[in-house]
Amino acid sequence: MFVARSIAADHKDLIHDVSYDFHGRRMATCSSDQSVKVWDKSENGEWHCTASWKTHSGSVWRVTWAHPEFGQVLASCSFDRTAAVWEEIVGESNDKQRGLSHWIKRTTLVDSRTSVTDVKFAPKHMGLMLTTCSADGVVRIYEAPDVMNLSQWSLQHEISCKLSCSCISWNPSSSRAHPPMFAVGSDDSNVTYGGKVQIYEYNENTRKYSKAETLMTVTDAVHDIAFAPNLGRSFHVLAIATKDVRIFKLVPMRKESTSTGPTKLEVQIVAQFDNHNSQVWRVSWNITSTLLASSGDDGCVRLWKANYMDNWKCTGILKGDGSPLTGSSGQPTAMSTVVGSSVQTSQSTLNGIKKCQTLC
Amino acid sequence: MEEVDVEPTVTNIPAASDGKHLGFAWGPGDILVYETLYKGSDAKGSGCSFIHEVRKDEDIYSPILRKLFNESHHIFVGLQTIREDLPSKNKKNQFVSISKNYRSVIRACMEELQQVAVSTKEAAVATQYGNQVSILLAIELIWNLCEVLFIDAAPAGSLLLHLLDWVRLHKADVDEKAREVLQSESPAEHRDYWDVVVSYVLQGRLEEARSMYKLIDTLLSRMPFYNPGGNQTLTEFDVKWRHWHDEVNRCLQDNSFASNRHLEIICKILAGDEDTLLEHKELLSTWYHFLVTRLLFSHPTVKPTELHYYAQSCLTMFLDSRSVPEPLDNILLAAFEFDIHQVIKDCSIALNNWWFVAHLTDLLDHCKLLQSHNLHFGSNLREFLLLEYASGLFTHHSLWQLAVDYFDHCPEFGHVYLELQIERVPLDTERKALKVLRICDQRQMSEQVRSICKIMAMRALRNNRLGSALSWSIRAKDAAFATLISERFLQDYCTRGTFSDLDLIDNLGPAMLLSDRLTFLGKYREFHKLYGEKRFGEAAKLLLSLMTAKIAPRSFWMTLLTDALPLLEQKEVIFSADQTHELMFCLEELTSCLNASALGSPKTSQDEDIELTKVELLRLSLARNLAMAIIKEGTVEA
Repeated sequence: MFVARSIAADHKDLIHDVSYDFHGRRMATCSSDQSVKVWDKSENGEWHCTASWKTHSGSVWRVTWAHPEFGQVLASCSFDRTAAVWEEIVGESNDKQRGLSHWIKRTTLVDSRTSVTDVKFAPKHMGLMLTTCSADGVVRIYEAPDVMNLSQWSLQHEISCKLSCSCISWNPSSSRAHPPMFAVGSDDSNVTYGGKVQIYEYNENTRKYSKAETLMTVTDAVHDIAFAPNLGRSFHVLAIATKDVRIFKLVPMRKESTSTGPTKLEVQIVAQFDNHNSQVWRVSWNITSTLLASSGDDGCVRLWKANYMDNWKCTGILKGDGSPLTGSSGQPTAMSTVVGSSVQTSQSTLNGIKKCQTLC
Repeated sequence: MEEVDVEPTVTNIPAASDGKHLGFAWGPGDILVYETLYKGSDAKGSGCSFIHEVRKDEDIYSPILRKLFNESHHIFVGLQTIREDLPSKNKKNQFVSISKNYRSVIRACMEELQQVAVSTKEAAVATQYGNQVSILLAIELIWNLCEVLFIDAAPAGSLLLHLLDWVRLHKADVDEKAREVLQSESPAEHRDYWDVVVSYVLQGRLEEARSMYKLIDTLLSRMPFYNPGGNQTLTEFDVKWRHWHDEVNRCLQDNSFASNRHLEIICKILAGDEDTLLEHKELLSTWYHFLVTRLLFSHPTVKPTELHYYAQSCLTMFLDSRSVPEPLDNILLAAFEFDIHQVIKDCSIALNNWWFVAHLTDLLDHCKLLQSHNLHFGSNLREFLLLEYASGLFTHHSLWQLAVDYFDHCPEFGHVYLELQIERVPLDTERKALKVLRICDQRQMSEQVRSICKIMAMRALRNNRLGSALSWSIRAKDAAFATLISERFLQDYCTRGTFSDLDLIDNLGPAMLLSDRLTFLGKYREFHKLYGEKRFGEAAKLLLSLMTAKIAPRSFWMTLLTDALPLLEQKEVIFSADQTHELMFCLEELTSCLNASALGSPKTSQDEDIELTKVELLRLSLARNLAMAIIKEGTVEA
């Protein structure tokens, strides 16, 4: 792997989150400098900052895009105990020429009494729904019933998880076989308080979310969780960032016709990696769920891949080396080790190949 | 199959210092990495960090390799459609021909790359392209060997002949040297003369060697070569060959060539003397050339199953004690051991692009060569590799279209991978969106069609292109959105007095029925058309029906009644008495509604005045029309 391009982010403080939009042509960054920046990728691959504005009165922890079916919409959450929803306004023509756009706040969600640690949109087939989780241990699910009026959001569910929450992840599966499901992770460091990952599932009958499972084997603080994209499987895959990287398989067990509770899930651990040798802070899947990336206290990002036998191993490490940024961008390091001295690369070899074509 | 743990590669990220954490975000085809600090509290740190775009060393961005991907895609699709009912002999020939096609595509690509590498003035480009040429040479070498051993599956006898061809193809500098020697003033004195002769012998090209030297003519001319098409059985050939081999040995023992060191060397080579062969490492240059030559002059009837004994020992003998086998060597060894899975695995590890392993595995799978090895992951391996390759293509702005065909031919996961990835193709232009839609339509991916149309409709609406938004939401069958846009059209009309996008509204056809508001929009426009064509009777009827059939929203009735005014004011009576009654009824219904709502919301007195005046005017017009209509209908036609 190589560094293709480096973008000067220009935030005045630490960046806490970077989020690509659905099509990978825009990204949003948020920082302790309380602002969010939106960047657009031009045709030649260069990134331009098209908007930068103050969003909160505290560090902004996360920023996330809504599905483009709902327009150009962002959500951010902050230490200032609020989450906010932003919409891009198509500006005046001279703004467009200067490559700028405007984002306006559609709503502020002030229900939390503590720092809001994560904000995520639910899968699009559920409508325009926003979920937040806070250090006060409450997960809140909001809905905008009219997608053309983003200033109206109603708090649909308030779920108390009893432990301080640090992260949420929705199961992206839109299959009718799986009711809506999300996982919450807690960074409470007291090991005696039991499982730090809880899975909630929507119940059609009660119209409420109920707890389907607690992962009791995860007893250390959890900093990030991520459901993998579903790919037509009957089971779910969940990655967890805790004192190591863990991948779980959640297999829904057949429901009895009389049971009205949430689906019973069989929990199996698929892989556990402690290569970071320290706390793991982030985990995230790529689009096809064939690669998992994790970032740890050791200052590395590790990439994990399963082969066709479903054996997981580390396939790459990204490590800061403190070297100064050179002017030129990187070049791919051709894997010429495979060739070595065994194959001649002279023109004559190629000529010979051309000439001997008749032999084949 | 044992998994050998390969150390993961480390990529260094500049400007990110030790002690800082690295944050990341997955993107299409890359991963963004940035400096950060993960702590629970309101952490403070230094600013102005960089965001780095990190990509895999993939070659999809090289324009010359793109041709390789495009052309191999054609071959791939052709392979998938080979008829199952062909007799196996014909199928084998087809598979061999397909394999040769793939190889010629590789060679064409190599030549182009070599041309650029040689002609460019930039050192970095020359190195990069030179490296790619080396890799492609290695790939073609491996593919060719796999074709000989696995696809063509030559039996003993023909096997060696094929291997000879293989070696000759990949060591063709001899001819250039020979040309040089022959063109010199006195070829026999040229310093490369004997090298050329020996090289020819090593390659089994005895005719060429003979023409170089007459003395050793008889021995060379009498070496028997196996003829697969001839009448001779393998055993008969073996006998004949041993006979000749004994003759060669006798010559050596007789010291026939003692006077001429060079001829003695050639004779020793013909006798298959390993030490002599090893003395000519430079001419052989590779251990596999050594292997084939050694087999040629000591075991020409080698069976496929015996190859690996010789291969391993030749490799060991050829490499000196200091050097270790390179990845390419191990791959070729695995091929000689007929361990197809090891070949594929080692290639997957060594190469940074899935192209080679994906296409080769697919071809081998079609030849039914993977199934016999292990039922578990025969076809899964093929699909796994194809999915990896195609997923990589999907991030490219034009190659993604090739990927679609590959997903189509992955029966287990192809469809769901396609669903997942095609949604992410950026819809930069309408043309591109239509292209994506056509692909989804052809595969009955209705949810993706709906989603893409919705995204386009939303985008158009945000940019105030109502006509485009409307046609996209019709295509998405999104009634709610269509209603919304129709409302906007109607609002536009109220403020400006004209319709935009008349073409679209006039030609709605059955799509009009998608939503009530849309139907009203269509019909209302029809009313305007009829009026414009002076078909007042029909226009009047339509206008009335819009209200009585409740197609028009109540909020629009005032506008409709106002539209009726010019029809009421015509010299000719257009609305019949009954129709006028109905209009009056509508007006009363409307005013009573308005009065009821007026109690709730205070209006300015100016607004109220305007409302009252309008209603008065209407009442007057309606009354007048009613009178005229009664008279007209009551009059007996003379």
